[in-house]
Amino acid sequence: MPWITVCPLDELPRGSVRRFDHGGRTWAVYRTATDELFCTDGLCTHEAVHLADGLLVDYEIECPKHAGVFDIRTGEALRLPPCVDLETWPVRLHDGRIEIEID
Amino acid sequence: MTRYVIVGAGEAGIRAAASLRAAGEREIVVLSAEPIAPYERPPLSKPPDPDRGLLRPIGVDLSGVELRLGCSARAIDRRARTVELATGERIPYDRLLLATGAKQRRLACPGGDRALLLRSSDDARAIHARAEPGARAVIVGAGLIGLELAATLRVRGLEVCVVELAARALGRAVPAELAERLVERHRAEGVLFLFGARLEAVEAGAVRLADGTRLPADLVVAAIGVEPATELAEAADLACANGILVDSSLRTSDPAIFAAGDCAAVDHPRYGRVRFESWRMAGEQGRLAGRTMRGEAGELTALPWFWSDQWDLSLQVVGRCDPQRQAVLRALGSPGLVRFELDPTGGLAAAAALGPAGPVGRAIRLVERLIERGAVVPPSTLADPEADLRPFLRAP
Repeated sequence: MPWITVCPLDELPRGSVRRFDHGGRTWAVYRTATDELFCTDGLCTHEAVHLADGLLVDYEIECPKHAGVFDIRTGEALRLPPCVDLETWPVRLHDGRIEIEID
Repeated sequence: MTRYVIVGAGEAGIRAAASLRAAGEREIVVLSAEPIAPYERPPLSKPPDPDRGLLRPIGVDLSGVELRLGCSARAIDRRARTVELATGERIPYDRLLLATGAKQRRLACPGGDRALLLRSSDDARAIHARAEPGARAVIVGAGLIGLELAATLRVRGLEVCVVELAARALGRAVPAELAERLVERHRAEGVLFLFGARLEAVEAGAVRLADGTRLPADLVVAAIGVEPATELAEAADLACANGILVDSSLRTSDPAIFAAGDCAAVDHPRYGRVRFESWRMAGEQGRLAGRTMRGEAGELTALPWFWSDQWDLSLQVVGRCDPQRQAVLRALGSPGLVRFELDPTGGLAAAAALGPAGPVGRAIRLVERLIERGAVVPPSTLADPEADLRPFLRAP
């Protein structure tokens, strides 16, 4: 399971989320206001809208399209309409860069 | 085991069934007048997704639910607690949910029946079947459905004219400054608009207006709003007034009968008596009915929210907009715009946003949370496109 570089830490401000594409797949990488890092699947499980366009509040990402909400720590779908959880992925800070471990 | 019967398999009925099932209920019958599996209605007025088409099943696990398709309910016998089907069969219930939805209004003018309506997937298919490139379409009504359909038909290469009795588009639920920008976007794509236009008649191949204008039309669609489907409830002497009257827990005047979705006029704790007509409210009410029918406590606290997609613009509204309220505008990219509406104490009451999907979604999602928390944000901050409003979620 390789660790892949997403971006330097300072390119992802606190309280923000960015899209990361690799090998034909896409993820959402989060840096919370409290400076924790998380990574989930990129697309909402409801209508395939990218969550990097969503609203990040604390540990919740809200899909911009139909207001589905997920917990970025667990991927759990918290509010209608999505019923399927997101997958979450390991993230680390390495030499000032954000990396995710993907298979 | 309590036996639940749900009349209607739209968003409200299906979410109620799923909610009951998730709570462990095992006797759940859903009656659908339509012969096909439950599907999402929002895509019907929008350009068909090239990958998925018009018909998208509602993505809910209904295993264990008895879904009876093509079953029209004809009457309710409240004393015997049965629902009578068009076939004469009687279905017993302990708790009944009416999720009968709404019906499109027909045009009252001569020839009004010539106009197509858009409510079901069959309706959508009938419209698309006649939507030949180069054909001339007249859409009566500049509401959300009318405008979405205008974009959909224009994309397919039709000449589209929208005829509206009122002086502007989207007069019921969308602030004027946003509606105007959206209409401008349509005009830039070649859609024609006639406002203040009264229909005289729908003729073969044309629509005639009261001022004598004759609009050639190969396809006429009436999108002039809906009426709640209350016939069953009224025939059963349930209290109705522009919808089946329910309390904030969705109970009708009969304690064994509940109503949810477009057919229900709900006593909302925040707004008073309202009949909502939106996808999210239908789903929220369905889920709530699933709980309150089981005897759990619960009130409809969800804020009304809806979206529309037209051309490259997204429109989203949360809360109930009111042109009389104090409002603050914020630019949202170009040509995006957010209108924040404040209540008399300065708290956020509603907002509407138009622009690119991502920023619009983020703005409205945030406002919804701010309204729920009763947040007060200074107008100068609301107006500042650079100001992050998230810190106000934590303020007391």
